[in-house]
Amino acid sequence: MTLVSERSTRVQDFLRRPSEHAHDADPIQIEDLTVHFNDVLALDHVTFSLPGGLRTAVIGPNGAGKTTLFNIIAGTLAPGSGIVRIYGEKPRGHVCIAHVPQRSRVDWDFPASVADVVMMGRVRKIGLFRLPSRADWGYVHEAMQRVGVNDLQNRQIGDLSGGQQQRVFLAQALAQEAEIVLMDEPLTGLDLPSQEAIFNILEDLKSNGTTVMVATHDISMAAERFDHVLLLNHRLIASGPPAEALRPEMLLEGFGGHVHVLPGDVADILVTDDCCGGGE
Amino acid sequence: MAGILALLVEPFQYPFMLRALYAALIVGVATPVLGTYVVLRGMAFFGDALAHIILPGVVIAFLLGWPLVVGALAVGITAALLIGAISKHTDIKEDAAIGVVFAGAFALGVALISTQRSYAVDLAHILFGDVLGVSTADLWLMAGIAAVVLITIFAFYKEFLVLSFDPHLAATLRLPVGFLQNLLLVLLAAVLVLSIQAVGVALVLAMLVTPASTAYLLTRRLPVMMLYSAGMGVLSAVIGLLISFYWNVASGPAIVLVETAIFALVFVLAPGRGWLARWQTSREQRSASSYR
Repeated sequence: MTLVSERSTRVQDFLRRPSEHAHDADPIQIEDLTVHFNDVLALDHVTFSLPGGLRTAVIGPNGAGKTTLFNIIAGTLAPGSGIVRIYGEKPRGHVCIAHVPQRSRVDWDFPASVADVVMMGRVRKIGLFRLPSRADWGYVHEAMQRVGVNDLQNRQIGDLSGGQQQRVFLAQALAQEAEIVLMDEPLTGLDLPSQEAIFNILEDLKSNGTTVMVATHDISMAAERFDHVLLLNHRLIASGPPAEALRPEMLLEGFGGHVHVLPGDVADILVTDDCCGGGE
Repeated sequence: MAGILALLVEPFQYPFMLRALYAALIVGVATPVLGTYVVLRGMAFFGDALAHIILPGVVIAFLLGWPLVVGALAVGITAALLIGAISKHTDIKEDAAIGVVFAGAFALGVALISTQRSYAVDLAHILFGDVLGVSTADLWLMAGIAAVVLITIFAFYKEFLVLSFDPHLAATLRLPVGFLQNLLLVLLAAVLVLSIQAVGVALVLAMLVTPASTAYLLTRRLPVMMLYSAGMGVLSAVIGLLISFYWNVASGPAIVLVETAIFALVFVLAPGRGWLARWQTSREQRSASSYR
């Protein structure tokens, strides 16, 4: 049994309806965030703010603190010091954040169908002691339709391909009516058509005004496919549009010796070495 | 045909056998249904430990003349919360924390029993169950507990589903993860008390994990898994009691052996996931690849 050392919602908070939040504040605002695990520094005085509807790539080598940052935004990990505001409020009050899990974190043998997994996104909205209503099933079916897994709804999740599995979790985020979607290395190991399908869904999300953050160590993808880039290696090295944030000197600082700078179209980049295990 | 029917029905004309049947059925439904969560969350060791931990509670209640369930529940819940506290507030890993409490509590239980004159008999009943000695009052209490457990599982079905699938998802959905986990522990303590009456401390783990594991081999839907688990529990209870009656085998082990036999059968024969099906598939793959 794994007891969750993560933060837990108190029962009395759970019994209240989730509150609607003010939309005039930025979806994600972080000021001077510092996190230690025991004595190891994970995030070092990170400050940034993201306006709504932006597609942001968080790039950095493995162990740079990307997952930690996501857990804090998702409200499942307490920020060490600093201020984290989601739509102007503390993260824990929000049910509008979806955190698509890393593949390795999912129990693919779990006895649940595609529709079951998508419905999980609505559990909080359905509320205690209630069964999913017709409206809830409507959300679930619409979500499955939008990501194109409707035909697979009765299949067990372990039977799907990697790309289909990622889309199921995006459907779960849609069913949750998430306004902020966090994805941890969603494209690792996917073939090009599957990656393309995911990008189409992200496009769809963007047109709805959903804020999407994707953690990746694929620099060229970040440069080509995202509106905004956060370059992170414990410290926030750069935050801005790809052409600004991915300048060679920034990349050298972020990835250390693992980046070799070559002239390119978008910016002067890049051949990367993915074996960044030593850079922690 | 009539002869076989008589063989099946005759034992239950004895009141003690009928009470035993009811007890075994109550246990056979409630424990395997909760057991599906135990199997899915990998809590088998914890379940076994908790069964031993509640021993001192059972003994103290017995000595004071209280219903055994009350003592067991009190100790079980206290210990479960204690284990949670130890692993949360120290660097000790959870399975070690469980081990410490498990061994200490069980030793206390056995020490308490050893002060009694009827030591050997009592210990045997507690370790291996005494379903034939269940009283009518015990039955009502067991039925009540089982009903509460099943209703709670049903009421929190969605929340437990998310928690078992992914605790992190439960946290992002702002479900009360801590409360749900503690609730699961309380339910676990409750079904353990039920099962101890039927199969005893030493075999209680079988009621918890064997039918659910069998069901896991047969389906990939949680509600169906719960249904199959309960079915398997009921079937084993009836067959086990019959075997016990005709062949003069202790009832607890008989029930558990039937469960194990069903598991073995399903393990070999289950369509798609059984050993035979996997062997077949891997053979087909091998021969298919040899054509290339």
